Amino acid sequence: MGKTFAEKVLGKAAGESVSAGQVVIVEPHFCMSHDNAAPIWKTFKKIGVSKVWKPDHLVFILDHAIPAPTDKHAENHMQIRQVVKEQGLKHFYDVTSKGGVCHQIMCEEGFALPGLIMVGSDSHTCTYGAFGAFSTGIGRSEMAGAWATGQIWFRVPESMKITVTGKFSKGVSAKDLILKVIGDIKADGADYMSVEFHGPAIEAMSLAERMTLCNMGIEMGAKNAVCPPDKKVLDFIKPIAKTNAWEAIWADDDAVYAQELNYDLGKLEPCVAKPHTVDNYAPIGEVKGTPIHQAFLGSCTNARIEDLREAAAILKGKEIAVRTIVIPASWTVYRQAMKEGLFDVFLDAGCIINNPGCGPCMGNHEGILAPGETCISTANRNFQGRMGNKDSNIYLASPMTVAASALKGEISDPREVL
Amino acid sequence: MDKTILRGRAWVFNDDVDTDLIYHNKYLAETDPKNMPKYSFEYFPGKENFAKEVKEGDFVVAGTNFGCGSSREHAVYCLKYAGVPVILAESFSRIYYRNAINNGYPVLFVKGLSQAIKDGKIKDGDELEVNLLKGEIKDVTNGNTFHGDAVADLEKDIMKAGGLIEYLKEKAEEKKK
Repeated sequence: MGKTFAEKVLGKAAGESVSAGQVVIVEPHFCMSHDNAAPIWKTFKKIGVSKVWKPDHLVFILDHAIPAPTDKHAENHMQIRQVVKEQGLKHFYDVTSKGGVCHQIMCEEGFALPGLIMVGSDSHTCTYGAFGAFSTGIGRSEMAGAWATGQIWFRVPESMKITVTGKFSKGVSAKDLILKVIGDIKADGADYMSVEFHGPAIEAMSLAERMTLCNMGIEMGAKNAVCPPDKKVLDFIKPIAKTNAWEAIWADDDAVYAQELNYDLGKLEPCVAKPHTVDNYAPIGEVKGTPIHQAFLGSCTNARIEDLREAAAILKGKEIAVRTIVIPASWTVYRQAMKEGLFDVFLDAGCIINNPGCGPCMGNHEGILAPGETCISTANRNFQGRMGNKDSNIYLASPMTVAASALKGEISDPREVL
Repeated sequence: MDKTILRGRAWVFNDDVDTDLIYHNKYLAETDPKNMPKYSFEYFPGKENFAKEVKEGDFVVAGTNFGCGSSREHAVYCLKYAGVPVILAESFSRIYYRNAINNGYPVLFVKGLSQAIKDGKIKDGDELEVNLLKGEIKDVTNGNTFHGDAVADLEKDIMKAGGLIEYLKEKAEEKKK
C-alpha cells in the first residue's frame, strides 16, 4: 500500500514510516512570522529560554500593516527589529524594497522548497505547497514553542486527491478553479486534511497559478495543500534555494485517499464567491450587473506578475468606473510590472498603485470600505467586515473578473471584454 | 458542586463561524489577552452585545468548523478571558483547535450539534449543564442531551500542563534533572 505526500514527508522528518492518524513530533525547516512576531516574542520569553533554537530557521517578514498605520503597529515593528538584532536573525524582511507579502517572499526568495516542513504564524502558509513543501499555518503559542524547542507536533493528516484535467477556456483561471472546488466541498470540506493536486492540468499550470490554488487550501479547512515538485519547480528553486535540505517527494501512485475529486478545466466558467463566505460560489452569470464601489487587485492569492498581466490586458486603453487599488505582491513583482509598462496601463486607466503588503485585505488600511459599499477583490476571504466595515460586501474573483468589473462599475464577465 | 460539572447560559452560533467574526482584524495589534474580551463577536450579526452581556461561566455553542479562517490566537483568548469555560461545537477548524489546546482551553466536539442548532433544539439563553469528564451536555431548559468526544493523549498532556508553553517548560525542567 502506497503512501500519500503527507505520510512520506512527515515520515521522513520523524525518521519512521507513518500513516494517517499517527502523531509525530518533527523539526520544521523554516518558521515564518510576519508582524505578529512581536506578540510571539512576548510568549517566547515566558518559556524561560533566552535564545531561539536555530536563528537561521526563523524568517520574519513585515507585511500586514506596512508602513505602520498606527502607533500600536509601529511599536510592534520596533519590537521585531529589536528581536532580530538581539537574536542575530539573518532572514528579516523589513519595510524596504526587498520585502512584500510574506508568502510571496517565502516563495520568491527560495525558502519554499520541495519536501521541507514549514510552519508560519499565518493561515495562508499553505501557499508553499506550490513548490512541494509541507507547509501549514499555526498559532502564536505554537510558534513560540517552535522557536524555543525547534519542534512541533502534527497528527499525520488524511489526504484528499484532486485530479485536474483539460484546459482553461478564455477568461477562466486558477482562481475560478479553486473557488469552484471550495464551493463544492464547502468551508470545512477538507478540515484537517492534506490536499494534493494531481493531473496534467496542474503540470501545465505556472507556479503562480499553483500558488493561487495552494494559498486557498485553508479556505476549505486543509492543513496543507500541495502540487507535484516537477521540473518547473526544480528549475525555479535550484538557483535560489536557501538550504540544500530539500528533496522532491511526491505521493505514491497507490496511495490511499480519504476522498478523491476530479475537475475538467474546460467545464469551468468565471465565477465569484459571494458575501460572506468563501464557499458561497456563484457563476458569473448569476451576479453579473451587481454594482460595486471598489476593486482590489492584490494579496497573497493573486498579485503576482502573471495576475497583473492578466488584469492589465483587460484594462489597457480603457478607463475604470470605480476606484481600483493595485498592490503588487512584492517589490520584485512591482519592479517587473513597472518594467513591462503595466503601471502605465493601470495609471492610464485610473487605478492607484500602493506599496507591496497586505493592504486592505484584512481591513488594516489602504482601502477600507464604507457602510453599504461593495468591493470585488482578488484576495482570499470575504468574511463579513473583513475589509474593515461590517455593513459592506466583498465578492472574491480572479484578476480578470476584477479588472472587467472595475471597467464597468459592476460585476462583469471577463469573457465579454477579452 | 463538582468542578467538572459546569452550569451556564448558552450563546448559540451557526456553522463556519470565522475568526474575523470572533475577533476582528481591526484589533490584531492588541497584544494583551486581557484586553481582548471586549472585542468578542463585535462583527457577528445579532451577537454584537456578546462582549457586554457575557457572564463568567456562559458557554459558546456552535455548529461545524468553528474558528475557520485566520490563525489569530486572539479568537481563543477573547473567549477564554471573557470567562467562557469551554466551547462546544460539532467540529473546529484545525488551527483554532490547536490554538485552544495550546492555551489549555477546553473545546468539546459534540456530534449532532449543528443540526440541533438548526432545529432549535438548543437556543440562546438556554441553561446548560456540561460534564467535562463524561463529555455530556444537558440542556436544562428543554431536557435535550448531547455527547462530546474526549481529546487524544498528547492533547490531554498539553491541557493538563495548562497549555503548550507550560508543557514545554515542564519538559525543559525534566531535561535539566
